[in-house]
Amino acid sequence: MTDVSQDSRRSARAEASRRAFYRFRQSRLSMVGATMVAVVLFFTLFGNLLAPYPEHVRGGLNTAERFQAPSLAHPFGTNELGQDVLSLVMAGTPVSVAAGFAVVLIGTVLGVVVGALAGFNGGWIDDVLMRFSDLMLTIPSLILAMAVAAALGPGFVNMIIAIALSWWPGYARLVRGEVLQAREEVYVAAARAIGASPARVLFRHILPNIVSPVIVKMSLDMGFAILTVAALGFIGIGVRPPTPEWGTLLSIARNYMPDFWWTAVFPGLAMFLAVFGFNLLGDGLRDVLDPRARR
Amino acid sequence: MLRFILRRILLILPVLIGMTIIMFVIARVLPGDPVGLAAGPNATRAEIEALAREFGLDQPLWVQYWTYLSGLVQGDFGTSLFSRRPVATDLAAYLPATLELVFSALLLAIVVGIPAGLMAAVWRNKWPDYLSNILSVAAISMPRFFLGLLLQLCFAMWLMWLPLGGRFPIIFDPPPGITGFYTIDSILAGDWESFWTAMRYLALPAIAMSLSPLATILRMMRASTIEVMHQDYVTTARALGLSPRLIVFKYVLRNAISASLTVIGLYFGWLLGGTVLVETVFDWPGIGLYATSAIVSQDFMPVVSVALVIGVLFVTANIAIDVLYGLINPKVRYQ
Repeated sequence: MTDVSQDSRRSARAEASRRAFYRFRQSRLSMVGATMVAVVLFFTLFGNLLAPYPEHVRGGLNTAERFQAPSLAHPFGTNELGQDVLSLVMAGTPVSVAAGFAVVLIGTVLGVVVGALAGFNGGWIDDVLMRFSDLMLTIPSLILAMAVAAALGPGFVNMIIAIALSWWPGYARLVRGEVLQAREEVYVAAARAIGASPARVLFRHILPNIVSPVIVKMSLDMGFAILTVAALGFIGIGVRPPTPEWGTLLSIARNYMPDFWWTAVFPGLAMFLAVFGFNLLGDGLRDVLDPRARR
Repeated sequence: MLRFILRRILLILPVLIGMTIIMFVIARVLPGDPVGLAAGPNATRAEIEALAREFGLDQPLWVQYWTYLSGLVQGDFGTSLFSRRPVATDLAAYLPATLELVFSALLLAIVVGIPAGLMAAVWRNKWPDYLSNILSVAAISMPRFFLGLLLQLCFAMWLMWLPLGGRFPIIFDPPPGITGFYTIDSILAGDWESFWTAMRYLALPAIAMSLSPLATILRMMRASTIEVMHQDYVTTARALGLSPRLIVFKYVLRNAISASLTVIGLYFGWLLGGTVLVETVFDWPGIGLYATSAIVSQDFMPVVSVALVIGVLFVTANIAIDVLYGLINPKVRYQ
């Protein structure tokens, strides 16, 4: 008996995900986005290995070849230290993607904890937690991150902490809303009726059922997180050179425009394309996973 | 209506107090040694202690917060640890420039975004819709500071049509300050030459700022127009044989816009936050540039005050939108 019902449940699930994948493939823009993200992830893993001039990535310089225009030897040209811009852009991929992912992940974990506590418990806990996250939402995230980063001092980890601290309230709101809705569902009442503890109801029954809106938000946020990381780098409170980070590269290159435009344009393009890919993918995932957004 | 407005305004108070607490925590609790930083590496112990006393940093935290809050109420935002100038004076000098930039960007985004969104919805699933969809995702993905750099490179450095940065030529006097907005001030003074100059300086930063909100307003407007077009009263109007143009402009537009209003309110805060980047690129003398230059010297009272001012402006803007919403849609008033 149990075997049969589990089998049919499993095949129903497989069928649903097959359909979702079909819808996703049907949307050309989502596929373009997925491909772009795949390229970004490829360079995240292998960017450091594939960089044609790995010594430049580690901070080595070659003053004899400063500011060379794009050529076969240096497709993206060289910068003020004679470093190969292509190598720096490639090696910058893991920095930006890792930082963006860390921000979204920490933000999600904090937000899910706060949102689930608030939505599941209700009462004064809900009031306090939600008023606090509303408050955090009134301060634009970039400014809040700037203030925290200024107080903590520059650096990779501090920057991630600063952005993540301004990131969680959106998730808290989302998760609270979803938990509030799920709490009234029949399967929760059923789980309660057979004597499941509140923790079990929350972790085994409610949270697994609200995963997809959270994943959609994470994928939509990934591009924005990369942008924020680059923005802090551009202002000068993010990752410090010689670590190659796109925003930092751009802020240095700005001083050498317009004659040496390639030092600024290529890191900027890499940033734009990575974010564009994540946003297209996120849009596609939302259309597939979130039935309310489908039109 | 008056009660509705008053209730909204009263709701700001706890938010403001909460915001000051957050900012106070960031400014005074997080950093390890603000005084040591301000005094410099060669300062003696006595010098550091004197500086701490001067800024009241030797008091217990709640006393410090109380001093900070009562100062804020009187318009005292604290003193910059480095320049020793009151932060409030600086803010008053830089805020109009930021507001002028933000309002022009928002205006541009609304003026272009709403008709474009309407058009995308009317031509739904045809090529103008697809094109606007791709372009709007691209616009949202474009880092504002990179867009600013590209605009500078094209229009200021290569074509030399527009100035590279700044707000007004240093050699000329800006128009007499009434509103602090150079464009409006020069119109009020009847000085068309200054108006033209101010517009030329404003153009690139405003475009760089407006692209992303423009795209969001477009998408929001498209979605809400499509929703409204499926309403029964639109079907009825169509069944009665009204012309499509009349239906869109008389019945759909008004209802679709009210849904987009909320987004515009949210975007105001986002624009205020993003002004930091665009101001840095274009050397626009606003509070964003003020904050970034303070960050570089690890002087965080200005940074925290800028964050506070932006938060207050954001909350105020949302209440203004709420009130506007109540004016357009009477149902909201009685909830």
